[in-house]
Amino acid sequence: MTDDLVISVRGITKRFGARTVVDHFDMDVPKGAIYGFLGPNGSGKTTTIRIMCGLLTADEGDGTCLGYDIRTEPQRIKENVGYMTQRFSLYEDLTIRENLDFVGRMYRMKGRRAAVTEALEELGLADRAGQLAGTLSGGWKQRLALAACMLHKPALLLLDEPTAGVDPKARRDFWDEIRRLSAAGVTVLVSTHYMDEAVQCDHIAYIAYGKKLISGPAQEIPGMIGLHTWRVQGPEIGALEAELRSTPGVGQVARFGAVLHVSGTDAVALEAVAKAGMARGLHRWQKKEAELEEAFIYLMAGATDNFSGNAA
Amino acid sequence: MSFSPARFFAVLAKEFVQMRRDRVTFALMIGVPIMQLLIFGFAINTDPRHLPTLVEMADSGPVARAVVSGMQASGYFEVIGTVTSAAEGDRALREGSASFVLVIPPGFERDVARGLSPDLLLSVDASDPTAAAAAVGAMPGIAATAIAETLSGATATAAKSPDPFTVTVHRQYNAEGKTSTNIVPGLLAIILAMTMVMITAVAIVRETEKGTMEALIATPVRPAEVMLGKIIPYVLVGYVQTLVFLLAAKLLFDVPFIGSRLAFFLGFNIYIVVNLALGFLISTLSRSQMQAMQISFFTLLPSILLSGFMFPFAGMPGWAQAIGTAIPATHFLRLTRKVMLKGAEIRDIAPDMAAIAVIMAVIVVAALMRYRQTLD
Repeated sequence: MTDDLVISVRGITKRFGARTVVDHFDMDVPKGAIYGFLGPNGSGKTTTIRIMCGLLTADEGDGTCLGYDIRTEPQRIKENVGYMTQRFSLYEDLTIRENLDFVGRMYRMKGRRAAVTEALEELGLADRAGQLAGTLSGGWKQRLALAACMLHKPALLLLDEPTAGVDPKARRDFWDEIRRLSAAGVTVLVSTHYMDEAVQCDHIAYIAYGKKLISGPAQEIPGMIGLHTWRVQGPEIGALEAELRSTPGVGQVARFGAVLHVSGTDAVALEAVAKAGMARGLHRWQKKEAELEEAFIYLMAGATDNFSGNAA
Repeated sequence: MSFSPARFFAVLAKEFVQMRRDRVTFALMIGVPIMQLLIFGFAINTDPRHLPTLVEMADSGPVARAVVSGMQASGYFEVIGTVTSAAEGDRALREGSASFVLVIPPGFERDVARGLSPDLLLSVDASDPTAAAAAVGAMPGIAATAIAETLSGATATAAKSPDPFTVTVHRQYNAEGKTSTNIVPGLLAIILAMTMVMITAVAIVRETEKGTMEALIATPVRPAEVMLGKIIPYVLVGYVQTLVFLLAAKLLFDVPFIGSRLAFFLGFNIYIVVNLALGFLISTLSRSQMQAMQISFFTLLPSILLSGFMFPFAGMPGWAQAIGTAIPATHFLRLTRKVMLKGAEIRDIAPDMAAIAVIMAVIVVAALMRYRQTLD
């Protein structure tokens, strides 16, 4: 592996019974990146993350995480990775300090007491350290869980849908923290299905049905899909939206308030639609650069909820 | 606000669907009554027959032989062999390999003929008074029949005394035949089985159910560290329970403790471990704390009914004894009764220890096969 890749895996495959949950998955995560891991529910994101951190063994494929073999050295990986599970996974009947202290002991940390106190102060929970973790609000639980998996100062942070069910303010705070960690040199792999979170990532991988559809630096994703977009403004935009959805050549129509973003992969056909629209003179059509938002809507439209797909 | 049959049926239907999906609950709803029916209907017999009996035959004349064959024919006694010394007979009673030892004294036949009314000694393991009661009760009748059959003609006239011989019953280990003396030591086996199995199973399943197990095994912690760390506190709980129990047995029920403390300590530790292993196995089979409780309860029933705790083991049919033999409580119960009531030493409880060890090996292998460090 090259030195600047924190995770580098090839052909990872995992089956549960007859169901292939992860199917020949490749991934390269550069050092220091915020790597967004996107995909609908049940697409295999959690399973992939568990394989990366040594909790699951892949049926096929190999690779390294932090330079350790994911098949043979899960113990070394666990020592150097911080993994935040989807569910709140600290002990609700232990206090905040007891939880952090327990985690510190699991990693046999030196200077544990000082690290716990420091973490409590950074969290702003120093005066509530004796409170039971179960009594915290959703946002605080999330921040505490993040502090717990950062306690041993891992070089790689794996976050599995860390902000599910957390209010927008808490999510923003959470992402400020992620960016702060990233600036400090921590590599972050984060799975999400919030678009506004995906746009915060430097790199993106999109997974559906256990297969990777696309991956690359965030700003290159729309270009990789080959998406062309027009911005449309004008009266009775709702009616136009419905009309455009059934127009050939239009891949998708996304509405942002009073504005429509009309996208498609066939530039010529889309342009013809735009010309026709302009000829009617009702709306203002403007060609624009396709952005991540359009790209995600396009990807998600292509892969609907995976549970329905797999049940068939 | 009126009662809507449609809504009521919707709730009803939903409940049935959920009941059917929860396979453990469903299995127990069907399984528990069937199990109880089979056990109470077929396995339990408070009038046990074919109890193992040894004979110390210092005289083998016709009268003595008639008594022995009369005992065998009664169905209560199963003569399994002879012993040559009193010590050998005592040892068999203490170990539990025999329930009765019949001693026919030297010169018995001659004394009967002389009308001296000699004495037959029947030593009884009365640590389980229920099991022995019927057989002891049958003894005078057996003796009378033997007399009637053999003492005809010349000897009959010679032995004119009303009692040609007498049978002295010597109840060992529980001379007063108190039920509490039998029940209390056995109760320890049940109490430990109940709490150790259930607490361990629930404690482990709780981590999985709450989602903390995933975060825990994502740290470098080793499975052995988790298991030992989770189990040792409950071993200490078992120690406290046993201590409280022994004090209460002595102070409240005046149950003696005459055997080797070391033997008890060894047996008790291996029994705690086997129960913890069983709890661990149950935790690997359960998805929720509720299921862990239910399965624990399911394993507890045979421990109470088929171990010889409530009903005499000897009275059960072969298949029920076979199941009972596979239950750790059966062996610990015997061990405890032997040590507390019969004054057993380590060598006397060796067979019970060995049986528990075998059961433990099977449970541990099964548990380890079910348990995986990773989540797959």
